Parts: sequence; structure tokens; C-alpha cells
Amino acid sequence: MIYYVNLLVKSIFIENILLVYFLGMCSFLGCSKRTDAALGMGAAVVFISTVCTPACWAVKHFFLKKGAMSWAGLPGLDLSFLIFITFIAVIAAVNQLTEMIVEKVSPPLYNKLGIFLPLIVVNCAILGAAFFMDQREYTLAESLVWGFGSGTGWALAIVALATIRKRLGYSNIPGSLRGGGIAMIITGLMALGFMCFSGISL
Amino acid sequence: MSVPAEQNTPVIKEILFGRANQKIFRDGLWDNNPITYQVMGICSALAVTTNVSTALVMSLGLIFVQGFSEAIISALRNHIPPRIRIIVQMAVVSTFVITLDLVLKAYFYPIWKQLTVFIGLIITNTLVVARLEGFAMHNPPWKSFLDGTGNAMGYGLALIVVSSLREILGSGTLLGFHVIPGSFYEQGYSNNGLMLLSPGAFFVLGLLIWGHRTIAKYVEGK
Repeated sequence: MIYYVNLLVKSIFIENILLVYFLGMCSFLGCSKRTDAALGMGAAVVFISTVCTPACWAVKHFFLKKGAMSWAGLPGLDLSFLIFITFIAVIAAVNQLTEMIVEKVSPPLYNKLGIFLPLIVVNCAILGAAFFMDQREYTLAESLVWGFGSGTGWALAIVALATIRKRLGYSNIPGSLRGGGIAMIITGLMALGFMCFSGISL
Repeated sequence: MSVPAEQNTPVIKEILFGRANQKIFRDGLWDNNPITYQVMGICSALAVTTNVSTALVMSLGLIFVQGFSEAIISALRNHIPPRIRIIVQMAVVSTFVITLDLVLKAYFYPIWKQLTVFIGLIITNTLVVARLEGFAMHNPPWKSFLDGTGNAMGYGLALIVVSSLREILGSGTLLGFHVIPGSFYEQGYSNNGLMLLSPGAFFVLGLLIWGHRTIAKYVEGK
């Protein structure tokens, strides 16, 4: 049990998917102008990442890995070169399903999150989390924890940046540094802050 | 009746590399640079720039993927049902990314190892997606190819600037060769390790955006 708690802490703080691996930068910069939008996007990413990483694990484990197709009588088949295209298809499918289910079950939630869900297909934090899961050969439980943790880490970073950017509205920044430039430098400072977590030994 | 070859060539040249097409190409390279102006495709721009060689390979890979996928999507643009266009685009892009990944794995194994997941993440590079959606879906294949390669080269240019700065300041080398003279180190100069870590990447890119926008006189939100 303690192992999974460690993995969770590691994925949220020490190996924050945004500040250490730079994944999901585009929606991070695009959706951090308002705090409520950042919260919505963060929640959507946590949810999709938690669902998608184990889903990708299952697809890899039962279809793509070398020898995974032995249940179909094809023990020698190695489809691991198809990982890129299948993972993105799984993510797009899960996204579409979530959108449909949320729209049916809870229209108020859909009104809040609906506009963010299509954006998530091209958010590299989700695909990146799935690729790391594949590279580090996580088990099902580990990939569930990793998916949830990396999504949470991303949400934490975007909410923090949105709050800082709100305060920036009162400051006088040189014209050409406004927007992308200053956001990048603030993210650098945040990354510097998060580096103190790398001293934690788990 | 046949047109002599020497009269024919300028016409073809005009069609292929006319003023309008040059503009499309130049647009992505400088005026509308994907990294500093549109702020897109940042993930890989930060992750692969600890040294110049990985940045170079990444840029060449992106030129290949983006040029050809824009050309193909643009050739198919009248046959793609609008509701499923994103997934069709993704399928085309991932086909090229898989090709790239396998070629790099076979012939450039050490660099492929350093690039890790970032080759695969070209699929979700917003630059590729945005140009496919915004340009290739409305323009003929040759123009889209130029737009794709131009944008990818602009992206590569920014990557090479960032990676040169990071490599020189961070490890004192350029493409693996030592460029900071030994006498500097004797005087007490030392490499700035921060440049190799993630905060260094954010700072360098932030300053690069500032620099380019100052020269181009662009102010966001005006």
C-alpha cells in the first residue's frame, strides 16, 4: 500500500508531468487566463487521465504486447509498433464516450466541462502519461495511480498559474513580454519551486 | 504545337515558387513563427533542447511529419466527413510518426533513446493539429506542403536557438564539441547546471519569445 502512496506523491510533486516533463504546455498556456476555466480543464484532465491510462494498459496488455494475442491463437505476433496510433485512438474514444455519458447523465456538469473535453484529445499530458506507462512497464494498479497522479499534478500547476496570472493583471509588464513570454517565465519560477520536492527520498 | 522546354520552365517555377507561395513559406519561418508568435508545440520545444543534436533530429522529424501529413490531408480534404475529421487527421499524422520512430530506432539509436516519448508526442503537437485544421483543410496540397515545411522549419529554428543557448551555458559544448575555452574555467567560470534542468528551459524560451516579439513589434492582446 505504501508503495502506491509513494508513487502518487512522486507523480504529483516530484515528477510533475508539466513542470518536469513539459507535457500539456499548450492547453496550459491557453486555458490559464481565467481561474474557473483552469479549474474546469484541470478536473477534466484528472478524470480522463485516470480513465485513459488503465484503458491504454489493457489495450497494450491484451492486444499489442509481444505474445499478447496468444488468446486468439497467435502467440508469435508483436504489434507493439502500433502503440502510437492505438493509444491516441483509445484516448479519442474514451473522450467521446465521456462526453456522451456526461451529457446524458448530468447536463449541468456537461455545461461546465463540455467545452474542455474536445480539447483534451490533443493535450499531450494524457498521451504522455500513457507513453510513460508503456515505457516503465507499469502494472494495472500502478498505471491507475500514475494516471490519477499525473492528472492531479497537471491540474495543480494550471490552477496555480491561473491564479498568478490573475494577479499579473495589476502589474505593468513590457508590451512584447505580455502573454506567452511572461507566462513562460512564471512557469520557470514554478518549476524552480517544485524542484525542492526532488530532495524527498521515497 | 508543343511548348519548347525553355519557355515552359519559368511557368512551372512561377506556379511552384511564386510570390504567394513564397509568402506562405516565409510566414511560418519568421513572421508567424510557431514557437515565439503562435506559442504552439511548446512541449517538445522544451523537452528536447538540452543539446543541439536532439533538437536537430526532432526538427528534421517534424519537417518530415508535418510537410507530408499536411499534403495528404489537403489532398483528402473534400472527402473527409467533418464530424470525424480530427480522428482522420490523427490517423494520418500517427502513420508518419510511426515511420519516423522506426527509422530513428533503426539508424539513430542513441538519439532515439534520448528523445524517449517525445517522438510519439508529435501526434499531439498542437502546431501540427492547428495547421492541419487551419490551413490544410482549405488549401491545395502543394501550398499545404509548403506551409507545413515552412512552419516546421520555423519551429526548428526556434528549437536550435534554444538548444544552442542551453547547451553552451549548461555544459559548455556545442554539438558535443567544447566551445568555452579552458582558460575561462581556470578563472573560476563554471557551467550553469540550471540550464539543463526544466526551469532553465522555461526561462530561455520566455526570453526568446520576448526577444522575437520586440523585434517583430508584436504585443499580445492588442
